[in-house]
Amino acid sequence: MKSKKWLSAPYTLWSLVFIIIPLCMIFYYGLTDKTGAFTLENIMAIATAQHAKALRLSLLLSLISTLICFLLAYPLAMILANMKVSQHSFILLIFILPMWMNFLLRTLAWQTLLEKNGVINNVLSFLHLPNINIINTPYAIILGMVYNFLPFMVLPLYNALSKIDENVVNAARDLGADNLHTFFRIILPLSVPGIISGISMVFVPALTTFVISSLLGGSKILLIGNVIDQEFTQASNWNLGSGLSIVLMLFIILNMIASAVFDKEGEGSML
Amino acid sequence: MKNAAKKIYIALIVLFLYAPIGTLMVLSFNASKTRAKWGGITFKWYGQLLHNDDILKAFGNTLLIALLSSVIATIIGTIACIAMSNMKKRTRMVMLGITNIPMLNADIVTGISLMLLFISFGFKFGLGTILLSHITFNIPYVILSVMPRMKQLNPSIYEAAQDLGASPVTAFFKVVFPDLLPGILSGFLMAFTMSLDDFIITHFTKGAGVDTLSTKIYTEVRKGIKPEMYALSTLIFVTVLVLLILVNVTPARHEKTAISGMSPDKS
Amino acid sequence: MDNNMKHTTTTNKLLIGSVMLLAALGLSGCGASGGGENGQVIVYNWGEYIDPETIEMFEEETGIEVVYDEFETNEIMYPKVESGAASYDVVCPSDYMISKMIANDMLAELDFDKLPNAKANIGAQYYEQARGFDPNNQYSVPYCWGTVGILYNKTMVEEPITSWSQLWDAKYADNILMQDSVRDAFMVAEKLNGFSMNTTDPQELETAKNSLIEQKPLVQAYVIDQVRDKMIGNEAAIGVIYSGEAIYTQRENPDLEYVIPEEGTNVWIDSWVILKDAPNKENAEKFIDFMCRGDIAVKNFEYITYSTPNEAARELIEDEDIRNSEIAFPDLSKYNHLETFVYLGEDGDALYNELWKEVKSN
Repeated sequence: MKSKKWLSAPYTLWSLVFIIIPLCMIFYYGLTDKTGAFTLENIMAIATAQHAKALRLSLLLSLISTLICFLLAYPLAMILANMKVSQHSFILLIFILPMWMNFLLRTLAWQTLLEKNGVINNVLSFLHLPNINIINTPYAIILGMVYNFLPFMVLPLYNALSKIDENVVNAARDLGADNLHTFFRIILPLSVPGIISGISMVFVPALTTFVISSLLGGSKILLIGNVIDQEFTQASNWNLGSGLSIVLMLFIILNMIASAVFDKEGEGSML
Repeated sequence: MKNAAKKIYIALIVLFLYAPIGTLMVLSFNASKTRAKWGGITFKWYGQLLHNDDILKAFGNTLLIALLSSVIATIIGTIACIAMSNMKKRTRMVMLGITNIPMLNADIVTGISLMLLFISFGFKFGLGTILLSHITFNIPYVILSVMPRMKQLNPSIYEAAQDLGASPVTAFFKVVFPDLLPGILSGFLMAFTMSLDDFIITHFTKGAGVDTLSTKIYTEVRKGIKPEMYALSTLIFVTVLVLLILVNVTPARHEKTAISGMSPDKS
Repeated sequence: MDNNMKHTTTTNKLLIGSVMLLAALGLSGCGASGGGENGQVIVYNWGEYIDPETIEMFEEETGIEVVYDEFETNEIMYPKVESGAASYDVVCPSDYMISKMIANDMLAELDFDKLPNAKANIGAQYYEQARGFDPNNQYSVPYCWGTVGILYNKTMVEEPITSWSQLWDAKYADNILMQDSVRDAFMVAEKLNGFSMNTTDPQELETAKNSLIEQKPLVQAYVIDQVRDKMIGNEAAIGVIYSGEAIYTQRENPDLEYVIPEEGTNVWIDSWVILKDAPNKENAEKFIDFMCRGDIAVKNFEYITYSTPNEAARELIEDEDIRNSEIAFPDLSKYNHLETFVYLGEDGDALYNELWKEVKSN
């Protein structure tokens, strides 16, 4: 696959026009004030008490959600990867199909389920069990994030795990490794690329979400996504909104560094 | 015993994923217009849906855009992955970083910046601008699905195929492509799904009078979601589900077609 | 390897099959839209804010094709219109947004000689109220109006609700729904403290902000549209709501009661305006005037249940209870301290937003 430099042309061109140029526009807005003069104020605004708190909360909630997604998805992806081959496609689609229902409708449906007089509490009351009251709390936001982003974790993990050669696993067993050893020494390292891509596909959108926090959190919890959304849609302050978005791009860079670090291991463990 | 535990685990997760879907399906039969009250069973929303040209047209647009944008994004994204795997590590990291931008940026930021782009380039707003935007935010999902496969690929197989006389293109389609296919398909599926769901970016890049289901649903929020929307969602869902089951309960037949479909590759 | 290939082809076929089928289903639903013989008019209105039949009637009577587009909030509408991303003729913004658009020279002056229905049918008091944001009634024709008040559940409160201050009563903790938009939320706190809801006085705003922060622990949720569903579903005891929703919620849940608090409130108006660079100005005038016809306005009123300023339409309402409803058509002279939002300028908006973020992050 050498000397195929031209292959990178379509995407390079595309990203130049539709990612880089719009990005420059965001930087332009983020680094100027309303009169068009250069300023760092919009970037520094992240340090104000409300913004910093919103960012901390967003980081916390999306980290927790990513962790829960990972813990739920990894065993699931392992089970799926080991299942009878003819069922793969069916089962995979089963995990994507819910996303074909509109996101807003699904999230509103969670409201119907979780509300004080919602479906779940009605069922619990019917069974004489104590009601749950998590709507309009951070727990409901985490639930919403896990619900919406779980498939983004399952798919890359499944992709990576199903690619592992069974012979390698068997070889390890033959050489006397127990289940735990096989898992930590063989399966887990081999699935690192999937883990990395799963984490970025969950963590990144969770960090900027605002619909989930307004619908399930009752808008009582201000996340950084809500702040940016408010600057654009309510305050019409595109400069501040762009400035805060630029700050969030820091996390792309962190993400890049993380991939770079783990990638080394990934390559080392490749066959 | 262990198998039972696995099955229960899958069942629980499926329940978690489908509880809201079930709720929506039930709501599509709700005679009361509000989701907060049960007014008895009715089928009238399904009848009204068939006569609601606006919703059906929006549905058509949605599918057209989702299909086109995901196919194009899959092609561009897959080619990009192949290209990136040949790049120097640092270049690749930069490219991947850029790829993440549309995913990470809040939708509103992407939407407004694309709107500004289209204005400054004098694009006419309509289906075309929606399509371009959707391709843009779909590509990252394709790349993120294909890239892990790419990394696990063994380059020597490809080289071996060429040593054995295959042209680079043949070698690619016979050796590399089948290995990438699961990643490509899940990328396509992801892209299709993301396109179906997007609201904000579509809103800022659409022309007057062009609607997708998402933009329709969001504008309906103020006066309450029309139950026809629940009905349509239910229909979409049931259609796909039935299709899936049909294909899967006739394994004998389709396995044969699958094998015959693949046989040229094996030769 | 073989197995792997087999399953991917299956997935492939499945996918393509399901997607194609859906596409076929969807495309078959597409109706062909022919261009009008007398050109077109591009209308940008709130979502679900018109009876679609009236658009068809307009098209039939005039031969003008209506390109209809919808927005969700004033703030989402504004950048689209301002940027010229899509060229619209007629827009239906709210009061304060109209004054912002006037201030930014985006609107065309109306020729009321070409709008006979607008002149004859819209009640004088509504034009008077509209002077708050359109001082000479030059730019806008009122389309819908209403008040903001408290919706409460009779079975869940102990005494009649009459005042905003009851939204600060600890016994309703976790049973209060507030509006989730800057101006609406601050309006409640400003009226509570006896200020104007258009104030930009930093000290008054500080007081209002502190009231909102004090109230926050009692609030179940800040919502916009879900007030309606949550109140119908008995999720909360009291909520701040637009009067247009009140009639509908009462129909669904007879325990609900709507009241305009004694401290006064917001009288809002959504009006038709024509954009300065509208490509089809004449058709735009025809469209607005058509919407002001009594028989058309009453159709729209019955469809969207928001109060109409159209006197001719009100006469045509068959249901007497609705025609004389205190909720749909309150006698504004009976209430004190009624105001309409005006645009506060960039600095004013910025100040409100800053304070709102403080409330939210507290």
